Amino acid sequence: MSTLTDSSVDILSNPSSDHYAGDLLEVSMGPQHPSTHGVFRMNVTLDGEQVVKLKPVFGYLHRNHEKIAETESYLGCMPYTDRLDYICSITNNWAYALAVEKLAGIQVPERAEYLRVITGELTRLQNHAGLIGFLMQDMGASGTPLMYAFREREKILDLFEALTGARMMCNYMRFGGCRVDLPSGWMQQAQKVVDEFPRFLDEFERLLMTNEILMARTQGVGVVTTGQAINSGMSGPMARASGVNYDLRKVDKYGIYDRFSFRVPLGDKGDVYDRYMLRVLEMRESIEILKQAMRDLPSGPIMDPNTKIRGFRPKAGEAYGRIEAPKGELGFYLISDGTPNPYRFRVRPPSLINLTLLEQMCIGQNVADIVIILGSVDIVLGEVDR
Amino acid sequence: MNLEEIKSQIEANVPGCQLEIIPNGSPSGQHSLLVDTDHAFAVASFLRESASPRFDYCSNATGIDWPLKEVSTKVKTKKIVDGVEKEVDEVVKTQTGGYLEVVYHLFSVEQREGPLVLRMRTQDRAEGVHLPSLTPIWRSAEFQEREIFDLYGVLFDGHPDLRRLLMWEEFQDFPMRRDYVDPDDYEYEPTAHDDVLKRAQAHQSTEGGL
Amino acid sequence: MDEQLKSELRRQGVVATSLQELYNWGRKSSLWPLNFGLACCAIEMIATTMARYDLARFGAEVFRPSPRQADLMIVAGTVTKKMAPQVVRLYNQMPEPKYVISMGACAISGGPFKQGYNVLKGIDRYIPVDVYIPGCPPRPEALIDAFMMLQKKIDEQYLTGPNRPRHLNAEMASEFIVPEFGAHDLVPTKNVGVWEVPLVNISLAGKNESGRD
Repeated sequence: MSTLTDSSVDILSNPSSDHYAGDLLEVSMGPQHPSTHGVFRMNVTLDGEQVVKLKPVFGYLHRNHEKIAETESYLGCMPYTDRLDYICSITNNWAYALAVEKLAGIQVPERAEYLRVITGELTRLQNHAGLIGFLMQDMGASGTPLMYAFREREKILDLFEALTGARMMCNYMRFGGCRVDLPSGWMQQAQKVVDEFPRFLDEFERLLMTNEILMARTQGVGVVTTGQAINSGMSGPMARASGVNYDLRKVDKYGIYDRFSFRVPLGDKGDVYDRYMLRVLEMRESIEILKQAMRDLPSGPIMDPNTKIRGFRPKAGEAYGRIEAPKGELGFYLISDGTPNPYRFRVRPPSLINLTLLEQMCIGQNVADIVIILGSVDIVLGEVDR
Repeated sequence: MNLEEIKSQIEANVPGCQLEIIPNGSPSGQHSLLVDTDHAFAVASFLRESASPRFDYCSNATGIDWPLKEVSTKVKTKKIVDGVEKEVDEVVKTQTGGYLEVVYHLFSVEQREGPLVLRMRTQDRAEGVHLPSLTPIWRSAEFQEREIFDLYGVLFDGHPDLRRLLMWEEFQDFPMRRDYVDPDDYEYEPTAHDDVLKRAQAHQSTEGGL
Repeated sequence: MDEQLKSELRRQGVVATSLQELYNWGRKSSLWPLNFGLACCAIEMIATTMARYDLARFGAEVFRPSPRQADLMIVAGTVTKKMAPQVVRLYNQMPEPKYVISMGACAISGGPFKQGYNVLKGIDRYIPVDVYIPGCPPRPEALIDAFMMLQKKIDEQYLTGPNRPRHLNAEMASEFIVPEFGAHDLVPTKNVGVWEVPLVNISLAGKNESGRD
């Protein structure tokens, strides 16, 4: 439990006082730091080892996606969406394609929907695997579990490279379908990857459930209640770990997700342990979805034959399209004024909004816990700063 | 979720508010509700506390810049030409825009409803840029309103900590506005065309071929 | 010394070399990078250090978190104007001999985000860069290729003479000015001692070859 000294209570209640804060230490866990998951900065005020105040500083990777999009065509913005959440490029593409399809009223053929689900769930697998590897590294396991996670990730990246031509910036979705169809032999390779994945998950789940150090460091740390989670806009695994039963695949039923039977794991305490356990369980559910989708994949076209590729000018209007990205609710709000360029291209970043309660989660915890809490929020700076 | 029905609910419960349904031209069907700034806070409070469905989740807060634009439309009017009343095409010039707009997308997690699109407009793009902050109602708007302040210059009254989010503190401009001119580092542009070509050429002539 | 004689001696267990070769061999085989990933290229950099593309076998075993202990800075990702002072400051804090690899299109020239108001058009505006890796993101093999290129460059550095590298030449500056945040842009926008604008601008159609009026 936190025991704040008198001087720190004074500082907190009277921030403008001239009281010389001799007992408090201000540290900038600065943009270059081994464990801030990118160029993220936190100005932390410490009382010994306990956190008294935490102010995050953003903008070190502000790359002006929204301004650049106003000068690009709609399709020209698609490669930029790859670079938002740069670990999961395919789901970013999907969210943008969904928003434009809502804006222009485009239908997507069956096979393309199945391909979207398959590649989207593979993306979710490699994102969560990498994240758990990074958690272990943050807790001090010095890289070896990260190597296991990246080994699995490389298998999935090989699949993406064979399909789209790039490991990370896949640029796979188009308005009305997918860019390219499966090469021969891809399905067998993907089947093999999906069949072998549960063995890796068993290893990691055993680690999480039986490792004392991990359990002691993550249980009861960074707790968020259900009401706080909804009010502060949390979405995705962060919100579900706090008990909010809101998975966009079940709520919005975008694409063809209503055809697959899968469960939505929920946490009950809302601490860091719940978030990680939840992601492992989500990976298992993703494998279920993948098995069903790969079994049922129909043949047919992968693009809507009526879609205009050149001279694409949607009618003036606006649309908000959102998907359940691995990090949370990724939404695109597009306003069109009848010209080939979007008038307003807004990215609703799940990572930024999940960080709203960072200060609240960290106050009273030790410095070492900040790193773990930040890791459990699963941020990617490309999305936070856009 | 029927927008008309929600509008009448709000009008019944928040006296004096002026709401307007802004239709959406695209097939998405997401029409929005324009709220006046004096009652926006009360409306938002009602939507979160006692509306049916309760909108407890504010997903997205966006800023938009609508600079003043003259739009000419052809209107058929009856005019007397040479003593005979005829229908003539007259060009009517109206002005649209001249304000900054903030759009909120609200969802209901418990009833699985949404989105409800709420809009607020400022008076103009210069001095009258104050809007009520909805952060005390939905905490998710905290960082997003800071970003709208940073990039558009909208001042939110009642925001707990209104400072720049993405740009550095000493930065003076509001970059996402349509009339922003970006800084001049166009010395070397290998495939320049259009505006960029002009700016690169300006560099080469002023710096004497540096 | 004759190469054949050298290899003959080596087979007998006698190593004949020059001080320069030995010195450079020690330095190039143990380049320790600074743990400095900015954006997407950082993920490919991490993938390069993982088991599949193992950068450790080239000597980059430990990625140091502190600049005082590193001698290679791999600028991986977009350098924004907000981040630029920190990058230059970190470079200044690294002790000589120090090298910079500019990884990815963004670090070379701003990349796909070149038109952005907050994007620095290449880190070589403020600090000297040794190797550039194009790509968005470059494959891990490309990073390994760049590493080997840097090793070759180090191998060819002289110990004495006018072409000796910066760390053996007391007259050459090894710290560069840190830009500051101005009202509209960084101040100064570039370091003219470090960055010279390339003279040939091929796209100014209709002009003469030099690209000027």
